[in-house]
Order: sequence, then structure tokens, then C-alpha cells
Amino acid sequence: MIGGAVLASTLDLLALSPPGWGATLLSGLAKSVLIALGAFGLGLLIGTLGAYGKLYGGPLARDLLAIYTTIVRAVPELILILILYFAFTSSINTLLLSWGFERIQISGFAAGIAVLGVVQGAYATEVLRGAILSVPSGQIEAARAMGMPPLMLAWRVTLPQMLAAAIPGLANLWLIATKDTALLAVVGFAELTLVTRQAASTTKAFFTFFMAAGMLYLVISVFSTLLFARLETWARRGQVRPGTS
Amino acid sequence: MPDENLQSPEAIRVVELHKSFGTHHVLKGVSLTAHEGDVVAIIGGSGSGKSTMLRCINFLETPSSGSISVAGERVAMHPDGSPSDRRQLERIRQSLGMVFQSFNLWTHRTVLENLIEVPVHVMKCPRDEAIARARKLLARVGLAEKEGAYPAFMSGGQQQRAAIARALCMEPKAMLFDEPTSALDPELVGEVLQVIKGLADEGRTMILVTHEMKFAREVATHVIYLHNGLIEEQGSPEQLFGAPKSERLKQFLKTVA
Ligand SMILES: Nc1ncnc2c1ncn2[C@@H]1O[C@H](COP(=O)(O)OP(=O)(O)O)[C@@H](O)[C@H]1O
Ligand SMILES: [Mg+2]
Repeated sequence: MIGGAVLASTLDLLALSPPGWGATLLSGLAKSVLIALGAFGLGLLIGTLGAYGKLYGGPLARDLLAIYTTIVRAVPELILILILYFAFTSSINTLLLSWGFERIQISGFAAGIAVLGVVQGAYATEVLRGAILSVPSGQIEAARAMGMPPLMLAWRVTLPQMLAAAIPGLANLWLIATKDTALLAVVGFAELTLVTRQAASTTKAFFTFFMAAGMLYLVISVFSTLLFARLETWARRGQVRPGTS
Repeated sequence: MPDENLQSPEAIRVVELHKSFGTHHVLKGVSLTAHEGDVVAIIGGSGSGKSTMLRCINFLETPSSGSISVAGERVAMHPDGSPSDRRQLERIRQSLGMVFQSFNLWTHRTVLENLIEVPVHVMKCPRDEAIARARKLLARVGLAEKEGAYPAFMSGGQQQRAAIARALCMEPKAMLFDEPTSALDPELVGEVLQVIKGLADEGRTMILVTHEMKFAREVATHVIYLHNGLIEEQGSPEQLFGAPKSERLKQFLKTVA
């Protein structure tokens, strides 16, 4: 009987309609996922430019990129987020004020993506740099010898060739991105972890809500791992698997 | 030398080509002219600069000095030898089908996709036209059944035949071969040489770096013996293989025989 009552009250607490907190949790989850997607995408963009810059850029570009990746990878993410978030918002406002505009409230959403994207970009630079280096030079040479222009070559030969090598690293980065969104709680952004904390402290049902949030993160993780595994199989379609020949 | 007026138009001309890698002077002024229909074989010891010479023709290596012309058109170069007109170079590269020692088929594409990649995406040839041409070429090199296969699942001989078909699919003016059979198991060499022989027989212009002396003698119209970055001796296959003049070439022919 007591078990039934606990179950019923748990379901009440997690119900979608108020006073249940289910809808709040799910909207926190949606924000977390969107931020993670944005940050991962931004990280890929920075990482692609960073990787090419490190491999083929001039000495200045290489030095700047080395400083960027070293610092970002050395400093704890929480501290980076605090630094970047406050530096980012205050420098934008300084700029706006100096141009004679009003100070603005920067959306936590945009700031979150920017901040996590900069962190992701540093790791993605290294993942992609390694992946580009893993492409056999003959593959690129064949395309050059046939008169393929450089951008098309990067898109149609280098990118698909490096994908298989990059995917495991990128999958890791994606999972880190989803979990790093929780760090945005420190700057007051209402992602999953923050709303979970609010729900828990309001209702005192700490165990219920943190378990629920944990399950949600787990679902994202399992689902993405499956997706990345399929992507990797596809990216490896032309490769002989070790042991099969 | 036959009467110049009777010769077919010039396909490839290399003039006073020099190439250094850093301080290593690899090519020390080599020249070569191939007219349409010529099969020029380049022979020589390992490290003599054969690959470098061939790769300078399509600027996979940047010459240090000298000039390259294809079908009478000179490749525009900066004073340091690097190409100065990217579009011109891309167009000229499309007219030179290169075949590498290690095949270099794109592993993420099927054989058919490999063949139509450049015709469709770079040369903007209609897709169905390119596919029709590719299928004919695959049939010709004996790979009609392999169009859907990925290169890594084929034998070296099949891969090299597919790579030759890929080069032909651009409808190049000339073919460049860099030791096309050196990476193959001995029993697979024949099938590739047979395809190349077929191309020579139909009058294709080719420059062929090879270690297969018997084959060079059979298909070449002109043979160049390269030693230490210089042309030590050149002439008809009968001359070079039948009555070599230089001591080095005699020595070389003994070691490869
Ligand atoms: N990319 C390169 N960088 C430095 N040295 C090179 C490079 N390519 C070739 N060489 C050198 O140039 C010489 C000629 O090489 P290569 O043309 O490949 O000879 P071959 O094809 O006749 O065996 C060799 O000594 C080789 O080490
Ligand atoms: Mg060589």
C-alpha cells in the first residue's frame, strides 16, 4: 500500500499539467537539447576552420589557434563558462554603449550557445585536425590530378574520407555538449538541471526529480549513441573491416 | 628522325625542367616532347627522378624552373615555378589522365561513382551520359560486373584497371602512368599491362614510367633513360634496348633483366 502511495505521488509530481512538474522538466530538456545542438554546430564550424587553420594556415593563425585550444582545454569548463559568459555579455554591452546604443539583456540561450560553442570548438579543432591527417594523401592527390577545385575537393573527398575517423571523437563531443548545458545553471539559464533543482527544492522530492533528470540525460545519450553508430557504419561503407578479408 | 612536317601535333612538351626538394636537386634540366599517338617510356633506377618528372607534368610537384606545355598551351607559372592560373591548370589536368602506382581510387565511392565523379561534378557532363561512358569503359577493362563494388573489396589488378577507366572517363588527351604495376602481385601484372597495351594500340598518347622493360620495348615509340635527374640516353626502343650506348644504361639493363 505504501509503495502504491509513493508511486502515485511520484506520478503526480511528474505529471505534465500543474501542479505536476513534468512540463517544466520537458521544457528544460528541450532547451538543453537546443543549446547542445547549437553549441555542437558552432563547435563544428569553429573546429573545421580551426583544423584547416592549424594544418594549412600561416604562422600567426597557427599560434593563435594553439593558444585558443591550449587555454580552453586546460581551464575547467565551469570557470570558462563564467569567464566567457560575463566577458561575452559585458563586452557586447561595452560595444553597444560606445556606439551610443542602449545596454541590452543578452538572452541566456544565445550566450549559452556561444560560450559552449567556443569550448566545443577547441576540442573539435583537435578531433578534426587528426581526422584530416588520417586521410591518405593519395586520395587527395587523385582529385588534384584530375583538376578538382580545392573547395570541392575538401567537400567531396576530404570530408567524407575523414568522417569515419572523426565520428567517435565527435560523438564524445556531442555527449559532452549535452551534459555541459547543465553548467549553464550557474549563470541562471533555465535548462534541465536548473529547473530540476527548482522543482526539487520546491517540493522537497529531491530523489524523484534528480532521478527523473538523470533518466532524461540517459535517454538522450543512448539515443545519440545509436545515431552516431549508424552514422559511423555509413561513413565506413567502403572500408574493409579488420578480420573480414 | 622522321620529317617534322609529317609528325602529328604536339601533345606534351617539357623544356629544361629542374626540380629541387629543398637543397636536393632531383631533376637537372630534362626535356621531352610527345606528339599525339606517341608512347614515351621513362626508365631508370629507383630515385633517378622518374616519378618527379611525371608529376611535374601535371604540377602535382611544382617545377623549380623550366616549362610545361600541353597541346601547345603553356602552363602559366610564377617565377618560382608555382602555377599562376588555377583554372587553366585545372582544365589542363582534366586533359591528362594520371594513373598512380597505388591506384588511389576513392574508397568511399563505388567503382562507377569513381568513374563519373570528375566528369559529372567538375566537367559538368550530364550524369546519364557520364554513366553510359563509364559503363562502356568498365566493360572494356573487364569490370562490367564491378560497377557497384567498393574499391577496397577488389584485387589490386581490378583496382588498377578501374583507376585506368576512371582516368579515361575524363576523355583525356594523354595518359600519364607512374609505375602502374609495381604495387601488384606478379600474377595480376598481366591483366593491367594488357589494358595499357590496348590503349597504346589504339594510338593513345601516353607517358609511362615503368620497370617492365619487356613491356616498354613492346609498346613504346620512344624510350628515355633517366639517371640522377638527367636524360642519359634516349631513342627508339630498338636502339635503347638493342644497342645501348652508355655504360650506365648497359649496366642498368643488366640489373633489371
Ligand atoms: N616530396 C619529396 N620531398 C623530398 N624529396 C623527394 C620528394 N619526392 C621525391 N623526392 C626525392 O627525389 C628523388 C627522386 O624521386 P622519384 O622521382 O620518386 O624517383 P623515382 O620515381 O625515379 O624512383 C629521390 O631521391 C626522392 O627521395
Ligand atoms: Mg617512382
